[in-house]
Amino acid sequence: MELLVKNGFVYDPLNGVDGERMDIAIKDGKVVEKVNERKARKIDASGMIVMPGGVDIHTHIAGSEVNTGRLLRPEDHFRDAEPKTSRTRSGVGYSIPSTFTTGYRYSRMGYTTIMNPSMPPLEAKHTHEELNDTPMLDKATYPLLGDWWFVLEYLARGQIDELARHVAWILTTTKGYAIKIVNPGGLEAWGFGQNVHSLDDQVPHFCVTPREIIRGLCNVNRLLNLPHTIHVHTNNLGQPGNYATALDTMGCVEDMASENRPAIHITHCQFSCFKGDDWRTLESGADEIASYVNCHSHVTMDMGQVIFADTTTMTADGPFQFGLSELTGGKWVNHDVETETSAGIVPFNYRRKSYVHATQWSIGLELALLIRDPWKIFMTTDHPNGGPFTYYPRIIAWLMSRKARDATMKRINPRARSKSLLSSITRELGFQEVAVLTRAGQAKALGLETKGHLGVGADADIAIYNVNPQCVDPAGKYKTVRRAFKHAAYTIKSGEIVVKNDEIAKHAQGATMWLDVQTSEPVQITDEMKRKFREYWTVEYENYPVTENYLKVSRSKTVKADV
Amino acid sequence: MINLYPLSEFKLPIMAGCISPDVFQNQRSEEIRMLKVWEGNKERNLGELFKVEESIGEETSIMISGNVGEVRRVGACMRGGQITINGNAGMHLGEEMKGGKITVNGNVGGWAGSMMTAGEIEVQGNAGDYLGAPYRGSSEGIRGGRIVVHGDVGNEAGAHMKKGIIKVYGNAGQFVGFRLRDGTIYVQKNCQARAGACMINGKIILGGFLESVLPSFTIDSIRGKVKIEEDETVSGPLYVFLGDLAEDGKGKLYVPKEKNPHLSSYERFL
Repeated sequence: MELLVKNGFVYDPLNGVDGERMDIAIKDGKVVEKVNERKARKIDASGMIVMPGGVDIHTHIAGSEVNTGRLLRPEDHFRDAEPKTSRTRSGVGYSIPSTFTTGYRYSRMGYTTIMNPSMPPLEAKHTHEELNDTPMLDKATYPLLGDWWFVLEYLARGQIDELARHVAWILTTTKGYAIKIVNPGGLEAWGFGQNVHSLDDQVPHFCVTPREIIRGLCNVNRLLNLPHTIHVHTNNLGQPGNYATALDTMGCVEDMASENRPAIHITHCQFSCFKGDDWRTLESGADEIASYVNCHSHVTMDMGQVIFADTTTMTADGPFQFGLSELTGGKWVNHDVETETSAGIVPFNYRRKSYVHATQWSIGLELALLIRDPWKIFMTTDHPNGGPFTYYPRIIAWLMSRKARDATMKRINPRARSKSLLSSITRELGFQEVAVLTRAGQAKALGLETKGHLGVGADADIAIYNVNPQCVDPAGKYKTVRRAFKHAAYTIKSGEIVVKNDEIAKHAQGATMWLDVQTSEPVQITDEMKRKFREYWTVEYENYPVTENYLKVSRSKTVKADV
Repeated sequence: MINLYPLSEFKLPIMAGCISPDVFQNQRSEEIRMLKVWEGNKERNLGELFKVEESIGEETSIMISGNVGEVRRVGACMRGGQITINGNAGMHLGEEMKGGKITVNGNVGGWAGSMMTAGEIEVQGNAGDYLGAPYRGSSEGIRGGRIVVHGDVGNEAGAHMKKGIIKVYGNAGQFVGFRLRDGTIYVQKNCQARAGACMINGKIILGGFLESVLPSFTIDSIRGKVKIEEDETVSGPLYVFLGDLAEDGKGKLYVPKEKNPHLSSYERFL
């Protein structure tokens, strides 16, 4: 099928197109040079913005953790129910929508690719089943490897090459896309009711430190030539004074960047950006983090913006969630995933009038605005930890308009307002920078060559928003911009119109992307390893792998490793 | 005044959030007949299920005559006016009510007065489970208003309540005032176990037999009488229990001494 998107204002930062009026030709799911204008179906995009489909680098939408969150919160469902239509299935959920609804809602905002972080390898099958049921989107998932026993053991013995082959095996076995590290060492310690508090604390029983875990896996990432960097959730997350830990974490892999490629991705950085000794003296550490990132090229990060809404926090960081549940005093879930990781789920309401929550809101935006290079910071809410992803248009408005920020500032806690750096920041992003923050930068950081841009050969994943950049000044008319980004005029997925005027026009399945890492010699599955599976896991080694026929639409990417 | 008469015995649940004085106000009876309700999974007009008649009387009043035990969400979100039901009412009566009054001359189903913030519900018969309690999982208890039940109530009456008053002149089931934060609950007759479980504050006043007091409650004193509201008091002597200590709570549970001789062992801790 041929499609021609005519006369839109195209924003394609990866190809240096900044709001030029041009046509985009699509054939067989790819962007092409030109199509037969008489035969092709035409979309009149005059007066509209044309961007590559949105890419979300970090959003918890599938897996046992998310599903337990759904079970925990029936009250999250009844307020937000979507009836079935002739094209879509019904669904419920505000902060943790059911799988189909998640896909529809993303698609209606012009998103086409999402990354599900934090998949315990043990729960890989469950995660892929849910990803199969999340339509309209291409997706991938990151296995949690920072506290995986085998990793800790290899690191303690200093066997980096063996570790690299093992990681290659686990990525392929669980059909993962990148190495996710959550509170390195802390989750293993949490199994014994402890935590680690700095990069040089020993992990109990393993004789390794978080620094060694991060450096080791960063090295492995380089040896395996993985497309994305290591994806790190720092130690001491959500604790006052943790900006120093975040700086340490970024600093510890400073020497490992090569050829101008980043070496580390710090995820939901807002939660790692607290200055102060306790909650009363909490301040923003965004200035320090931003000045570090501005001077170094080996880091990318995402915001983890907080939204004032009732949401559900869920991370693999068990000790952090324990602290949070003590704060809320409500229901919560904590789970130790055998030898692999832990998990916690706590319903949480971010309130405008709370000093801490308002400061957190401010920190996220400060980070995005103070980091000068938009290719280093991406827009996320760490859905659903900072807030549901449906609030992305609101964040875009805050980033593009000082007026929008001031309007919210007026309504937040007065002490937080007076301490916030936001009032001194005059920067307002343009559409081009928003395109970097929401798609191009994320696709580049993930190493997705065919996504995040509209050059010839790219996947025809396109979002069209009904706002005219020549008439509408986003700084003044932020509400118009917000509305446009909330309700995409068209979303095109793999060359098909899947959303038209904010309504699902066609069901699309979307592929699951995974890495087929090829090492020079295959990983040795020793009897020792099988014995450990028998002794320590509830799942036998033979039942562990996610085979390719588990994925509805499988899209593997072959990576040649150096080991 | 609008009179509604059910045209048949309903077999399927009917979601009728539109039966509310706010919606009916300034609408002619033809328009009221066209309001949409769900019967099972079919959308229908109100006029297909009820005979709608206008009669002289208070403009913002609604009278339902007949058994509407399958009709749910009557008076949902109402802000004022009056609804009288001569017969049984269904679940979620007066959900999220913000004012006005609902009188039921019959029984009501579960979740009556769920999440209400003001207004009054009076039930002449029995009420089901979750009287004035939020949906399962939610902590959005009632934040004001008044519920009076002249018969019995089921389990978890007044769960998560934050303000307001619930009076029951019959018996109550288990978990009266579960996670109560503030406000008053009065049960005139007997009450099953676990009253006040996880309560933080507020008071629960019982007039009859209580199966047992939770071990996380401690006895505080014996009082002669206690006030329920402005001009209504209960005279005792009554044991005053403090709890729920498992939640660091300071709520008060009043239990009459006379009807509960099995609790006399607590007196030695005074």
